[in-house]
Amino acid sequence: MKKTFSIGGVHPDDKKISAGCRIETLPVPKTVYISMAQHLGGPAKAVVAAGDKVKTGQVIGEPTGFISAYVHSSVSGTVKSVGLRKDIVGIPVVHVEIEVEGDEWMEGIDTSDTLVTDIPQDPKFIVDRIKSNGVVGLGGATFPTNVKLCPPPDKKADILILNGAECEPYLTSDYRIMIEKPRQIVVGAALMKRVLGVGRVVIGIEENKPEAIASMGEAAKALAAVSPDYSGIEVMTLKKKYPQGGEKQLIDAVVHRQVKSMGLPIDVGAVVQNVATSLAVYDAVQKNRPLIDNTVTVTGECFPKQSNLLVRVGTPISYIIDYLGGVPETAAKVVSGGPMMGKAISNLDAATLKGTSSVLFLTEAQTKRQPETNCIRCGKCAEACPMGLEPFLLNKLARNGMMDELEQNAVQDCIECGCCLYSCPAYIPLLDTIRMAKGEVIKIIRSRTAPKK
Amino acid sequence: MTTTIIWTIVAITVLGVLLAVVLYLVANKFKVEEDPRIDEVEKVMPGANCGGCGFAGCRAFAQSCVESASLDNNFCPVGGNEVMKKVAAVLGLEVHEKAPMVAVVRCNGTCANRPVVNGYDGLKSCKVKAALYSGDTGCFYGCLGCGDCVAACQFGAISMDPQTGLPVVDEEKCTACGACVKACPKKIIELRNKGPKNRRVFVSCVNMEKGATARKACSAACIGCGKCAKACPFGAITVEHNVAYIDFNKCKLCRKCVAECPTGAIHAVNFPALPPKTEQPAVKPVVAQSAAGAKPEVKPEPQKKEE
Repeated sequence: MKKTFSIGGVHPDDKKISAGCRIETLPVPKTVYISMAQHLGGPAKAVVAAGDKVKTGQVIGEPTGFISAYVHSSVSGTVKSVGLRKDIVGIPVVHVEIEVEGDEWMEGIDTSDTLVTDIPQDPKFIVDRIKSNGVVGLGGATFPTNVKLCPPPDKKADILILNGAECEPYLTSDYRIMIEKPRQIVVGAALMKRVLGVGRVVIGIEENKPEAIASMGEAAKALAAVSPDYSGIEVMTLKKKYPQGGEKQLIDAVVHRQVKSMGLPIDVGAVVQNVATSLAVYDAVQKNRPLIDNTVTVTGECFPKQSNLLVRVGTPISYIIDYLGGVPETAAKVVSGGPMMGKAISNLDAATLKGTSSVLFLTEAQTKRQPETNCIRCGKCAEACPMGLEPFLLNKLARNGMMDELEQNAVQDCIECGCCLYSCPAYIPLLDTIRMAKGEVIKIIRSRTAPKK
Repeated sequence: MTTTIIWTIVAITVLGVLLAVVLYLVANKFKVEEDPRIDEVEKVMPGANCGGCGFAGCRAFAQSCVESASLDNNFCPVGGNEVMKKVAAVLGLEVHEKAPMVAVVRCNGTCANRPVVNGYDGLKSCKVKAALYSGDTGCFYGCLGCGDCVAACQFGAISMDPQTGLPVVDEEKCTACGACVKACPKKIIELRNKGPKNRRVFVSCVNMEKGATARKACSAACIGCGKCAKACPFGAITVEHNVAYIDFNKCKLCRKCVAECPTGAIHAVNFPALPPKTEQPAVKPVVAQSAAGAKPEVKPEPQKKEE
């Protein structure tokens, strides 16, 4: 019996049409625009000015506050400007514009392909490397990895879970790295295992990726034979169900522990990291290589050239699309991320971020919303909600602005997975209203708890 | 048989009397002392319970008026000075007259001025739309056009103009309660002085982007050039973050800035038409915004006020 999470979930067609495409390195564009807000928390502060020469891997943004991250130049060249530029949804964010000249890396970065399997003994050294190389969670939320690996002293993790579920339809970037760089991912896992001091690491992969399961299993086995540092790392096959890649869902699936409302995974002794993050940790610690590129899936049924590309951070999305032959004529919507949780891109000139996992083209028929009709109380949304909420009720409460009732009904636990909207036969924009209400309720909760500190 | 009936009546009567006495004593013991003036003040209130005063309703406002020593901090925007005078009369306090205010929509992004660059398919709510992205035009700061302000207005004073896609305020109905100001996620609606004869001049744009970018997104955007600030003889105009703002307390309605503005971002409403000059075409689209076909109505309106 394959494991999965216990409540809710939906089964969208996985459509992994780009699964067979090897990761190809995208040529570096002439100009990159590196955003200072690529992570959760405070945006980084730019430490370069127009006219400065930068090398690949040089720090150009420093963290502002505890939850923030370093930003590095992904190219070598001259800084043209530091200023506001619109991101994928058209909101102005500080970007550093760099004109590319050659590709000269900073000293101390190992750019070779040799696998380094020796795990450093000192956990502090590992965390420092992760922090100084700007590693953030690549599963979607881009939470700074070093913060996640250093839980408060009164809380102790006993398991590290690597998320290789990639439950979103279309996306194949994690799948490709699990096939092409499995050993690096396992080394990354062993590094995080050392930091957390846990004995067990589970790499959770959904059953629709047998090749990834095989290659990861083999890598874990091969490395376990090399050194005891790699003991306790196992691969677990999970039943295919969306949103398995959600942090709380994955913990439930792997170790059957439920995170309480407003709780964190560390409360149940688990830390979850994405496989792509593990790869970034490997690069950061073993190679001293900052997080300056990531794998981006470019896909969609209406798109002729399915690809998995290794893209430098800050590459304009329009450059990627032009490289692959332009926007297909039948495409009505371009999405960054998967079709369930991704964001529609309204500005194609925007640059990629550390966390950009895909550029997805959807046709009018795939994306057009149907006119909303009345709720028929079928309860499908409540059945689909992986957090056990009642979306039909939350929707009503949200539309009437009933904040106290929304909080009582745990709107703040919504993970915005979109299962309710996906399953609603009346096409009610449940997620739209619930997300708005969630934001407001969280604001109210924060304002209430803030003065007590 | 009869004795049963008699006994029943007697028992019920005794019980009734006893309970009445208990109720009387309890009512006396837990009596809530309430100032009778609160009721009196509430009577003169408009009774809209809109919350525009900052209180939870007319009664809460009345209570606050009764409890405070002066009426300086309390003002009913719906009833205006007349109601405040009545409140003052009830309480025997003095009230300072406030200039009547009106909600002003500061966005020029009509369909013609600000082309739509992408399609929005989500819930028709400005709040939801604003949380998702910058909107379906190139302007991040402007009106999103989903009508949250229309829904917020209790007085039916705001409506969406299908021609321009922007909200239009009916200044006769607007009570300046401020509900629309709070409802707008883009903060483009402002309460401004209604002005003498309803005449007012304001910058109808809040775009803080640099001139070239702002103009690219909207042909009638304020580009922050500062010409208006230089032209203003009263120092009422400040340009901050690439956008001009007219201080309505200093503005003397000379309209020099309107003529100076290269994009037509400054609106002058309810003025009689300017003497024919070369600037006329520049001003024309400006006046058209105040309300579709408002121009012919401009003259009779102030006259009504004067009567």
